[in-house]
Amino acid sequence: MASSMQFDLVSPEAALASMTVSSVEIPGSEGDFTAMPDHAPVITTLRPGVIKASSTEGSFEYVVSGGFVEVNSDSASILAEQAFEKSKVSRDIIESLIADAEKFLENAGTEAKDSADKRLADTKLLIELLNI
Amino acid sequence: MPSLKDLKNRIDSVTSTRKITKAMQMVAAAKLRRAQESAESARPYADQMGAVMSNLASGVGDTESAPKMLSGTGKSDTHLLIIATAERGLCGGFNSSIVRLARNHIIELQSAGKSIKIITVGKKGREQIKREFSDLMIDHVDLSEVKRLGYGNAKSISEAVLARFNSEEFDICTIFYNEFKSVISQIPTALQLIPAVFDSSEDNENLFYEYEPDESEILAELLPRAMATQIFTALLENGASEQGARMSAMDNATRNAGDMIDKLTIEYNRSRQAVITNELIEIISGAEAL
Repeated sequence: MASSMQFDLVSPEAALASMTVSSVEIPGSEGDFTAMPDHAPVITTLRPGVIKASSTEGSFEYVVSGGFVEVNSDSASILAEQAFEKSKVSRDIIESLIADAEKFLENAGTEAKDSADKRLADTKLLIELLNI
Repeated sequence: MPSLKDLKNRIDSVTSTRKITKAMQMVAAAKLRRAQESAESARPYADQMGAVMSNLASGVGDTESAPKMLSGTGKSDTHLLIIATAERGLCGGFNSSIVRLARNHIIELQSAGKSIKIITVGKKGREQIKREFSDLMIDHVDLSEVKRLGYGNAKSISEAVLARFNSEEFDICTIFYNEFKSVISQIPTALQLIPAVFDSSEDNENLFYEYEPDESEILAELLPRAMATQIFTALLENGASEQGARMSAMDNATRNAGDMIDKLTIEYNRSRQAVITNELIEIISGAEAL
């Protein structure tokens, strides 16, 4: 049984992380979960939240605004809409994410309204979560 | 026969032209490196997106419930063409090669009786398209103020296109851009965005993924994102191609200017010698006459 897996975090503009980890905590849209080596293959969308990758060298945390993730038995690839290292996230960044989410909610049709509502709430939660 | 002064002036003017083209070439080279870097860093995302989408699409693609973005509207009457060109000229055949490809496409579609709508990205292509097809143009995206192309730019284009698709303004959407092969080779490319095409790739490992939420919901969420990614990739390729084309065009111009300076200098020296010889003959024949 493998004890480590490949973790990739990419956004459209850059690859943020690529490393070997022992587990990844992922904020899935249907609930948070932790991916570990030999996880069943799953593809799920993300809600705005914090991703935490743990390896022998310590843990790394990233804030994502949404996107999706593909988990295999030996890898977890996260394709984030926007992603930042947690230490670099400022109040301004979160505010701009909230503004984006608000705009999205305004333009959302009746079908997408629920998910847009949820996205806004999740984004606002980030402020408390990150304590900034 | 131009006078010595005329020749001197021409040499000076060609020399300053050479300075400008040389500078432009170096600027383009620096920008090309940056453009290539951003294209490079966008690639993992696009690749991953493509892999997941082809996986998803092959699962849902044929069913009745497949989203319209994937299966199409069932018609092919109205085509939307996004023509992406540069904001600036002086880059060789870069803009005209895209426009030529697009024009051929338009004429072909028109003769097949389809109606066409055009969205242009970039000023230069707009000017060329406007001459022939101004009545077909419905929108223009201005990127001249954009210093560094971001995903946001692609996303807003994609959202605008989607809004039109949802209000059933067109059936098929294609984007035209230059694919970057190397500094000397850029290939004008047409890529169909709607209905979305994902090459069901060789490495279909047939992994049985679990989907959360279910496949069709994920697909509906990812399709717009995949399209934005495709547009983003196309624009980045275009950016790199533009700088590559400008670099080689300016390299040529610099070399031509150098050749011209050499030729003019030879001509200048010849006429200078001719003038001296003439003067000598006059002096000698004057002295002999005495």
